[in-house]
Amino acid sequence: MSDSSTSNSSLAGLQHSEPLGHGKHHPELLHHFADVQQQRNSASLGMWVFLATEVMFFGGLFCAYLIYRLAYFGDFAAASKSIDATLGATNTAVLICSSLTVVLAVWAAETARRTLLIGSLILTMLLGLAFLGIKGKEYKDKFDEHHVPGASFSFENVPVPGHPGQYANPQHAEIFFALYFVMTGLHALHMVIGLGIFTWLLIMAWKGRFTPQYNTPVEIGGLYWHFVDLIWIYLFPLLYLIDRHL
Amino acid sequence: MSDHSKSSPLPKYFAVWIALLVCTFLTYKAAYLDLGRFNALVALGIATFKATLVTLFFMHVWHAGEKLVKLVVISTLFFFLLLLALSMADYGTRLWS
Repeated sequence: MSDSSTSNSSLAGLQHSEPLGHGKHHPELLHHFADVQQQRNSASLGMWVFLATEVMFFGGLFCAYLIYRLAYFGDFAAASKSIDATLGATNTAVLICSSLTVVLAVWAAETARRTLLIGSLILTMLLGLAFLGIKGKEYKDKFDEHHVPGASFSFENVPVPGHPGQYANPQHAEIFFALYFVMTGLHALHMVIGLGIFTWLLIMAWKGRFTPQYNTPVEIGGLYWHFVDLIWIYLFPLLYLIDRHL
Repeated sequence: MSDHSKSSPLPKYFAVWIALLVCTFLTYKAAYLDLGRFNALVALGIATFKATLVTLFFMHVWHAGEKLVKLVVISTLFFFLLLLALSMADYGTRLWS
């Protein structure tokens, strides 16, 4: 016990020139970091480790999709063709544009361009809302077509693409739609969380909290947004595109 | 992060953005061509190319000051592929007995 306390105080002495107050260093620098750069690198690394857990989180769903898709190939193709690929492609473009506005926001924060920072954050959120709006239109279509798994699910007499005379098994198609709603729903939930994070970033940016020395929240929030974009980059071909040619 | 601040990264960002949009258009168009078994390969290949662009340039892994970030990215990829490989080894061999 006494050992650790002495080593702590000697470390603190090494890292911060005395007195141990806020006077000599950047106000956002926490006491357990040597300098702003180290604090920034630590935050960034921590975010990447979090994103690694997120990849495994979505990874289980991608794995389930792969297994069922190989097992029920034709039924998945029939179900996949019933969703609107044009809306999916539009949403992909919307997300890619929002990723551009995010890197612009990070760059603006690093180079002290306040107007560009605030503008980019607002534009990112508008694009995020547009994505959710298009997603909502897709979900509404699925509700109207009774393609939502549950009591009113119906997928009768839908031909299997490439196999004339064969009809898709509704139960297998229901698995496709369950995966579709869970994967896109979880992705949409991440978008909503991202909008919350960006609202907070916008408030902080408005208050002028970000400087070229301290803009870690913008960078970290940006990493999160790009990750959500990355997941969609794979969801789009897997759910919408793969069986279009049949 | 600070070592490449001399030149503006904006041309790079816009080039990556254009490349991502072009790839999205290509994958959307290619999906309607009948390439047989290569349809899935082309779609996933383009997606992986896009994901690599986003990770390296938008998420700044290319210029990451910390080597640890690159290590985390590579191990994430490794463990995700391990998840897929072991699961598929299971489901792919269940009919063997």
